[in-house]
Amino acid sequence: MTKDAGGINHLADIDELRSIATRCRREIVKMTHRASAGHPGGSLSAIDILVALYKTRLRIDPNEPDYPERDRFIMSKGHASPAIYAILNVMGFLTVSDLNSYRIMGGICQGHVDMKWTPGVDFSAGSLGMGLSFGLGVALASRMDNSDRAAFVMLGDGELQEGQIWEAAMAAAHHEVGNLKVIVDCNRIQNDDFMEKQLRLFDIPAMWKGFGWAVRECDGHDFNEIISSIEWLDSVKDRPAVLIANTVKGKGVSFMEDNPAFHGAAPNDEQLLQALEELS
Amino acid sequence: MTLAASRDGYGAALLKLAEDPKVVVIEADLGKSTKSQMFRKEYPERTISLGISEQNMMLVSAGLATSGYKPFASTFAIFTERGFEQVRNGIARPNIPVHICGSHGGIHTGTDGSSAQSIEDLAIYRSLPNMIVLHPSDDLSTEYLTTQLLEMDSPSYTRTARNKTPRIYDSETVKELRIGKAELLEDGDDVAIIACGVMVSRALEVSKILAEENISAAVIDMHTIKPLDGEMIDYLAKTCGCFVTIEDHSIIGGLGGAVSEHLSSNLPCPIERIGVNDHFGESGQGDELLDKYGMGIQDIVNAARSAIARK
Repeated sequence: MTKDAGGINHLADIDELRSIATRCRREIVKMTHRASAGHPGGSLSAIDILVALYKTRLRIDPNEPDYPERDRFIMSKGHASPAIYAILNVMGFLTVSDLNSYRIMGGICQGHVDMKWTPGVDFSAGSLGMGLSFGLGVALASRMDNSDRAAFVMLGDGELQEGQIWEAAMAAAHHEVGNLKVIVDCNRIQNDDFMEKQLRLFDIPAMWKGFGWAVRECDGHDFNEIISSIEWLDSVKDRPAVLIANTVKGKGVSFMEDNPAFHGAAPNDEQLLQALEELS
Repeated sequence: MTLAASRDGYGAALLKLAEDPKVVVIEADLGKSTKSQMFRKEYPERTISLGISEQNMMLVSAGLATSGYKPFASTFAIFTERGFEQVRNGIARPNIPVHICGSHGGIHTGTDGSSAQSIEDLAIYRSLPNMIVLHPSDDLSTEYLTTQLLEMDSPSYTRTARNKTPRIYDSETVKELRIGKAELLEDGDDVAIIACGVMVSRALEVSKILAEENISAAVIDMHTIKPLDGEMIDYLAKTCGCFVTIEDHSIIGGLGGAVSEHLSSNLPCPIERIGVNDHFGESGQGDELLDKYGMGIQDIVNAARSAIARK
């Protein structure tokens, strides 16, 4: 949304959002293919949520990316940078030629999202577990300013294994930071394998509840559910709120779906063609 | 002679910095010890307590700074290291002006023992691009230099000390101090003794002893470890021709390392490094630990003689 808009855009056309998400998915596989590197799986799992958030909720302006009263979106799982670059392209922050610079020396689209390189990026990520703390700082600043600037943070479920996440979760609840909104992209797969095999988190909603957060779950690929869940996030004012979005890693490309091999591997030429055919 | 602890200067500086409404203080449960509590008492609405969570503290500070606030975060020097990668990736890399103070630096920290005695903090923070690294020698210089951090657009790490040592400056002389500019406390032409932190007072003591032997020592307070005042070192290389560095820190990578690097690339000359010689400390009184671990007055005198002999 533009900086003049406010609140959820209830007129969001679900078909249009789906079509934008498909366009973004095509860019995600193209970017990673071109770079012969990157993280398509976690980008494809997150992209529907990002499309909904950017198109219906975030108050940002491509003509003035740094205007102080913008909402902040903090991508803590910074390896899913292709998803961010794809949606920033849709929103007018990046050109297609910028997308072509992904992981290329001197290009503005760095391997992991970086606020010093890319307009529209508000956090330099890459090392998991740090974005929630940063978002807490941003939310506290907004509150001290009596501003309605929102702080949305996206985490991965694998990232919840980092201890710092729970340091920040504790502090946000203690300080009743009601303007801090978190979305967990629960795609159930981390770098080496399924989380179930690597390190289980037994009950993610219960963990957040235990830390004092308002918690809701949704299907992270159903736009109606995502939009109503974002509205719910906004409605919680007295404490931090987290949306557990259940997603499929590699969503939209059959051979990447639920496949740990595509956490951090790019499609080859043949796989790219198949992916683009499926995403048409 | 007035005795004072540099950590008290940090608390006093925060009270002065409070005039800027954007200054906020971040604590990780050690505000009583680092002296940030002096600020908390006056400005609770601008003090954020995060409990025992140093990693979180680093990135919360970064988030605040990108929203226009000027965060001063403190804990023990050793516990800042718990958040080192957070400082590296979340603060130094994006060059966000977060000001970190690590109190209780060095083995002079004393009876808490080796787990609490950071002897590597100056080395690791110095290795990060964009970081300013300070280690003032007394309360007044800590206060004065900390207030100057507000003018800096880069992040910083300041080490302070727990225990009292002789005050070096007075309310007038302290006004000469500038971040990045070494302070020539005594000029001399036989040997240059460059010290930082609690060791500056020992350097002055040594210079008196050397004077009795007709050895003229220059004494420098190198309160800023980074950016290092290379001009001052070059001047001393020409006037004195040999060096002793003294720090309550490992001899690897800290003040001695920084001065050695500069000299070897510019004007190579003999240098003796006094510090903790690749050891962990133990419990004890600060001054007796300095003596035991090779930073005693006689150790420094011997190092000065040795440096001169190598010219």
